[in-house]
Amino acid sequence: MRGSIPILRMGETLLATVHVDLHDAVAEAFQTDVLTAVEKRRTNGLVIDISGLDMVDTYVARILAQTGQMAKLMGTTTVLVGMRPEVSATLVRMGYMMEGVYTALDLDEGLALLKRLCKRRR
Amino acid sequence: MVIEARTRREMKIASEDDVALVRRAVRALAEAHRFDVFASAAITTATSELTRNVWVHARGGVALIEEVLDDERVGIRVTFRDEGPGIDDIERVLAGGYSTAKSMGLGLSGSRRLVDEFRLDSTPGRGTCIQILKWHPL
Repeated sequence: MRGSIPILRMGETLLATVHVDLHDAVAEAFQTDVLTAVEKRRTNGLVIDISGLDMVDTYVARILAQTGQMAKLMGTTTVLVGMRPEVSATLVRMGYMMEGVYTALDLDEGLALLKRLCKRRR
Repeated sequence: MVIEARTRREMKIASEDDVALVRRAVRALAEAHRFDVFASAAITTATSELTRNVWVHARGGVALIEEVLDDERVGIRVTFRDEGPGIDDIERVLAGGYSTAKSMGLGLSGSRRLVDEFRLDSTPGRGTCIQILKWHPL
């Protein structure tokens, strides 16, 4: 299961595209891969693109939020991008609060947000 | 109003992979009946939560997926049955924010908010049966 979610590096930014079911084994490998990539080289931000997910239940939402919280402990800001309208509506109606990650509409907006956040931090 | 089941499909919940299989079967049915993306995501997500609950808390059970009809609507009804530990305090669990094992505590209360009809029967030590239904105009 390791490596089933690709993580690309663009300069100091990591981009992970989630397009498969994040069940136990995949989720654990994903979190490990992200943290290993963050440690390896100077990383300002992590963008997680979930536009390929047509369903995010509280389990998957928690995995995503946790990944962001883990990256944060290592000094990296996470932006979750591409959440579909029906996914957002479903999570809010269930009462789920996504904590520990920033969100943006799409990849472009996410990268722009990251740039602003990093500038502010310096 | 007479509810009639047009098709029924029983699926075993015997591993974590079955969570995805049951969810996919429900989504396929919702798409076949042209549920809009919001209704489809709602019933699919509720199914995912409840199937996962069966697996995590009872280590197995069954999901019965039915296509139901009344005079003017078509619906998807899913019944989850297990012989697990049951639920001690149903009211507290339905209020949300209550968590045992590794679920978030929103599985039951959240699922209930996503569907049109929700029924829960549970006997501590004997098992749990939960039924959800989502309607769509014909």
